[in-house]
Amino acid sequence: MQVNEFKPKIVAFCCNWCSYAGADLAGNNRLNYPADVKIIRVPCSCRVNPTFILRAFQRGADGVILCGCHPGDCHYTSGNYYTRRRMALLFSMLDYLGIERERTRVEWVSAAEGAKFSTTMNEFVETIKNLGENKRLEDLRCKK
Amino acid sequence: MQRIGVFVCWCGTNIAGTVDVSKVSEALKNEPGVVYSTDYQYMCSQAGQDLIKNAVKEHNLTGIVVCSCSPRMHENTFRKTASAAGLNPYMVEIANIREQCSWVHKDIEVGTEKAIILGRAAIAKLHLNAPLTAGESPVTKRALVIGGGIAGIQTALDIAEAGFPVDIVEKQPTIGGKMAQLDKTFPTLDCAACILTPKMVEAGSHEKINIYAYSQVEEVNGFVGNFEVKIRKKARFVKEDLCTGCGICTEKCPQKKVPNEFNLGMDNRSAIYIPFAQAVPKIATIDPNACAKLKTGKCGLCERVCTAKAIDYTQQDQIITEKYGAIVVATGFNPISMDKFDEFAYNQSKDVVTSLEYERIMNAAGPTAGKLLRPSDGKHPHKIVFIQCVGSRCENCAEKGKEYCSKICCMYTAKHAMLTRDKYPDTDVTVFYIDVRTPGKAFDEFYRRAVEDYGVNYVKGMVGKVIPDGDKLIVRGSSLLDNKQLTIEADMVVLAAAIEPDKTARSLATMLTASMDTNDFFTEAHPKLRPVESPTAGVFLSGTCQGPKDIPETVSQAGAAAAKVIGLLAKDKLTGNPCVAEPNQLMCNGCSSCERVCPYGAITYEDKEYRMPDRTTQMRRVASVNPAVCQGCGACTVACPSGAMDLKGFTNKQIMAEVDAICK
Repeated sequence: MQVNEFKPKIVAFCCNWCSYAGADLAGNNRLNYPADVKIIRVPCSCRVNPTFILRAFQRGADGVILCGCHPGDCHYTSGNYYTRRRMALLFSMLDYLGIERERTRVEWVSAAEGAKFSTTMNEFVETIKNLGENKRLEDLRCKK
Repeated sequence: MQRIGVFVCWCGTNIAGTVDVSKVSEALKNEPGVVYSTDYQYMCSQAGQDLIKNAVKEHNLTGIVVCSCSPRMHENTFRKTASAAGLNPYMVEIANIREQCSWVHKDIEVGTEKAIILGRAAIAKLHLNAPLTAGESPVTKRALVIGGGIAGIQTALDIAEAGFPVDIVEKQPTIGGKMAQLDKTFPTLDCAACILTPKMVEAGSHEKINIYAYSQVEEVNGFVGNFEVKIRKKARFVKEDLCTGCGICTEKCPQKKVPNEFNLGMDNRSAIYIPFAQAVPKIATIDPNACAKLKTGKCGLCERVCTAKAIDYTQQDQIITEKYGAIVVATGFNPISMDKFDEFAYNQSKDVVTSLEYERIMNAAGPTAGKLLRPSDGKHPHKIVFIQCVGSRCENCAEKGKEYCSKICCMYTAKHAMLTRDKYPDTDVTVFYIDVRTPGKAFDEFYRRAVEDYGVNYVKGMVGKVIPDGDKLIVRGSSLLDNKQLTIEADMVVLAAAIEPDKTARSLATMLTASMDTNDFFTEAHPKLRPVESPTAGVFLSGTCQGPKDIPETVSQAGAAAAKVIGLLAKDKLTGNPCVAEPNQLMCNGCSSCERVCPYGAITYEDKEYRMPDRTTQMRRVASVNPAVCQGCGACTVACPSGAMDLKGFTNKQIMAEVDAICK
């Protein structure tokens, strides 16, 4: 094992009804993905305030991924449509601020897509590893 | 400061195999607020739960974190445990260290490290948890069924049989719906009237069922268990309590040239009419657009002949306001208009009919008294062409037809073809089809009987054009199987028109805040597991308003919807989900952003008096959430520009605390 291996901090917001269940299914089927991914359960992807994502970056997260039900399958009928629009705006703003587009991602993972959850997380961690640390938004005052 | 207890589960070796549980428990001991931390083999077992309960009492805990399997699995179990130990059930947080840690990571060091971080996040969140209590609301033990077709009738009967009063609102003067217009029903060929009319009578005479025929829903307010509905009872100009349905008025009425809707305009009725002999309620109705007395003031014949003195030309629409606990939508379907299908010459020739019109022609109570006669000249047709999928499965023609399969046409076309050949063996029947779809009990056998026993000629292919030529119809089509162009000289053409939701459904959906798909079918709360419930609590779906269905399916769905309604009405009080949105009204500026994104219509605004810093009082418009309607998605919390809206159980601060703990 390398001593100085970069271990990214990755926050994954998962909606309770589809993606969190999809992550559980990945576990049930023992579909491995890196431990760098930590999941936060939210009722719906539309519960994720853009400030949560900014906060994660401020606190030193290297990547943030947001998972919800497929469009049309939202438990609350329309929540993920709001997510899609909000995140499109947020991501373009982050892009403008110089945060690489690849550091943020929205993915639709249904409760049946354990395999998709696992491959998505593997891919995402790989992408973040290639990008390296997030330094631009990190607030060093938060590091104690 | 909370006094937190941490309970790390081994789950046998499921967790302990790849996570060093004692290390996790030790590490979490040092977190702020944690006064007790332990691990145990099976936390969800009785012994494990007792361990939690004892620890709560012994260490005077205010909240617990369980590091175990997914909260989707055992959150409820541990909430009950907490409750039994005297804690609020919402003072429990689960760190998912099985599905999302031990099962997906092989390295014990990596797994342990992640489990500690997940535990920390749960502790950080729990610090901000507040005890939550689910709200309760009473249930009005009365149901409303909108639509009086077979779906509505069946739902109403089932609910009424369980002892709850039901009102049926039907926009036509009689209940019965589309099924009343049918001749025979597939696959058994029993006559529709023979099986439907007893049900109509039963509904009409049931002491728990009240029928508002010739009525419409005007306004819906309230929420699950407590709806308040305004129903417009249109003026019939006939006193319902006096009319005996004898029908003398309909015979004597001089205006007899009104197209008869029940027979789809193929014959005429009088201005005062009873739609059909078995109508329920059997009460005459005056058509205000046709009645000479109502239009010009001259006539009044029906009033003179009515021995029951039931005619009242001054009758006005009535608005009835009633309270309901549950609402069932059973608005049904209509065949689509054939106006845009010029290629089939529907508007050029009377002998091109839709399947529903054909149904009326074949019906003994129809315009031809059940004899197969052409509408144009009343002659018996010897060659009939049926065209399937007219407007169904119509890709890239949204302005004309529908993309979906209408589901019932294959079967009723087989039925029509079979009945025609059965009654008139001299008639040659050809059916053009894209696919024959017969997935149902005894359906495929039925179709095969049409082909094999009755000699119906099935041609795979579509018809390109129907050209009226004298008293013949030239049908040009292609047979895909022998790659040939066909030209058939037919006497009659029957179009299996696609079905679409009733036009009133859209406005009703808006009133109910129930969602619809792009085709205006009502969407179900879950396509597989909650197929008869609308996502809007307290609104249920019955029959074809939810999607194309045949009669057996409609009846089973109607029964299922009734069962759900009975389940709801049997409760005296409804306990809600306490994790609902809550506005900080001091921060709210009444901008309506939250109201616009709420899929449930749970947010309303109220004017409240506030004391301002300069000691004056001011009226302010502020948001208020109905906890019985809110489902807790959180869309409003993000839409709120002033940050006034928060979601209990998933507050901004709680999620931020989790983010911080993970990124530490």
